[in-house]
Amino acid sequence: MTAVAETTTAGRTRAGRHAVVGKLLTGLAWFAAFIFFAPVLWMLLTSIKQESDAASSPPSFLFSPTLDQYRAVFTSEAGAYFLNSVIATAVSTLLVLALAVPAAYALSIRPVKRTQDVLFFFISTKMLPVVAVIMPIYVIAGQIRMLDNIVTLIILYTAMNLPIAVWMMRSFFLEVPGEVLEAASMDGASLMLTMRRVLIPMVSPGIAATALICVIFAWNEFFFALNLTAANAATVPIYLMSTMTSEGQFLAQLSAASVLASLPVVLAGWFAQKQLVRGLSMGAVK
Amino acid sequence: MGLIDHFRAAHPDVDVRFVSLPENEARAKITASVASGGGEFDVVMISNYETPMWAANGWLTDLDPYIAETDRYDADDFIPTIKEALSHEGRQYSVPFYGESSFLVYRRDLFEQAGLQMPRQPTWDQVREFAAALHAPEDGVSGIALRGLAGWGEVLAPLNTVINTFGGRWFDPDWRPMLDTPEVEAAVSTYVDTVRTWGQPGAATSGFGDCLTRVSQGDAAMWYDASSMVSGIENPASSTVVGDVDYALAPVVETDDAGWLYAWSLAIPETSRHKQAAWDFIAWMTHPDYFRLVGEELSWEALPPGSRLSTYEIPEYAELAENYAEPTLHSMDRATQENCMVHEVPYPGLQFVGIPEFQDLGTRVGQQISAAVAGRQSVADALRQSQTFAESVARTYGWEG
Repeated sequence: MTAVAETTTAGRTRAGRHAVVGKLLTGLAWFAAFIFFAPVLWMLLTSIKQESDAASSPPSFLFSPTLDQYRAVFTSEAGAYFLNSVIATAVSTLLVLALAVPAAYALSIRPVKRTQDVLFFFISTKMLPVVAVIMPIYVIAGQIRMLDNIVTLIILYTAMNLPIAVWMMRSFFLEVPGEVLEAASMDGASLMLTMRRVLIPMVSPGIAATALICVIFAWNEFFFALNLTAANAATVPIYLMSTMTSEGQFLAQLSAASVLASLPVVLAGWFAQKQLVRGLSMGAVK
Repeated sequence: MGLIDHFRAAHPDVDVRFVSLPENEARAKITASVASGGGEFDVVMISNYETPMWAANGWLTDLDPYIAETDRYDADDFIPTIKEALSHEGRQYSVPFYGESSFLVYRRDLFEQAGLQMPRQPTWDQVREFAAALHAPEDGVSGIALRGLAGWGEVLAPLNTVINTFGGRWFDPDWRPMLDTPEVEAAVSTYVDTVRTWGQPGAATSGFGDCLTRVSQGDAAMWYDASSMVSGIENPASSTVVGDVDYALAPVVETDDAGWLYAWSLAIPETSRHKQAAWDFIAWMTHPDYFRLVGEELSWEALPPGSRLSTYEIPEYAELAENYAEPTLHSMDRATQENCMVHEVPYPGLQFVGIPEFQDLGTRVGQQISAAVAGRQSVADALRQSQTFAESVARTYGWEG
């Protein structure tokens, strides 16, 4: 009797403790989320300030919002930079997918000889810091007259994203049950038909996830763009930088430009959300 | 971008596009492009630091033939010291768009209240006495503001003019590093002690921009820095001290003058394939007519100062700049190594050492000085460390030590 009562009390205390810990964890999660969101919030707020409010210290929270900074971005020559970014991002992502999907197939469903070595070679190209190779790339691009040319960026972005895309796509292909492929071949489907009608539809969430990663990396890429472009092929990150002046007083317009620069990626992620959640958890759950 | 339409209308066959970047990135990119013959740019904006070095390397186009063929260009109207600093072996390799020297701004009202009199050209001892007398942290006013932020374009710019006037130098004519000499130590100790005792709070992270904000908000009684400070201090929209300030020449010790010389100038890389079009643009942007255009179309405050003597004869600008035109012109006119240094040196430059290695050397020495301003190490330690940095550079110039 006593023992039972004691157990019940202990059980209740434990449940109570669980609830408290749960609430604490929830609070912590909200706090962490706020910390991560704070810079974005600050950017959004700054983008609707006047420059003098944006530069004030301590920061002002009471101000009359304005769209002047967005107007300034739209009337500047930002359009050309956005167009360059769209071209470099879209073309390089399509090229990456066109190359990575067959490569990943060969490295997973029909492993070629030395698959591990090939995979390691792919990822090893990401080990050298970009800054270590920029000077040779710059000199070569200069000599073949490819500086300040969007094609140069497309080639580099394709090469930059290819290893990650191959690795990601390979992990998605590995998830495809072998029985499905056997069934397809029993029905007499050719390789191309199996690819098109069976494999690609099954890994399409993975393709979406891979494409989004490539889009994000290419859209945000700064170092190559800074060093290899000038007036003709400069992309959005370079535009953001060009709004910074030595005289100070550029924070509000820089923030407005940054909001606009982040929008395409945020929108792409939002539209692809459903696919992405499936794609990104594909490798995790059996 | 309104003014460029005037150029486009006059030169419909020339396609002008601009690339603008923050100073550090621009400097790195332009250096890489010009040095490796990348050829992305037909016109580059550089300074009197790069021009003589790059001209000697054969990277820049000799502008003299173009100048000679340009109507009413009047290259002799450029401020002589600036024109000279942008030449190599007597030929012009870049032309100035903007020029500056350094001087001392002080609060006339605070000086009058305290019964102090600022001479036209004070000594560093006098500046220190004034700073001690006017230092009132309880009222939020520091005796003086001086840069302490690491960087060769930050703390080292004013500090190098102090080293010069104390009789110090970075290298002797045989490239022996001189940062451990008593003259340099006296100069750096004076600077660091002045800013630590009577300077603005947090001076070690304070650069030109921060000093400007403090002085224009009335938080400092004096400030020794670039003559371009006037565009902030004399601007009623951002400054609370308009009408309360006057300007004195750069403080001296052993020399007659101590100001620095800096110019933003336009040059054509040797690799440009459109040299005539490039010159047409440069000529337009540095022509005497351009400055009138800026004044009339934008505002007289927006006019880039310090490149042409005739700028100061434009009545509207002369009236606006009444308070600071004379000290600016005088400082630039006197800013030569002969006037501002005691000993001979093997490099060009006053507030910088005109060798390619100085970007790196200056950055590292600047960090040491900034640490001394912050009180994290002594001036002696900072200079001992700096001397070892200078020694490794000196060896590449044949010094054997």
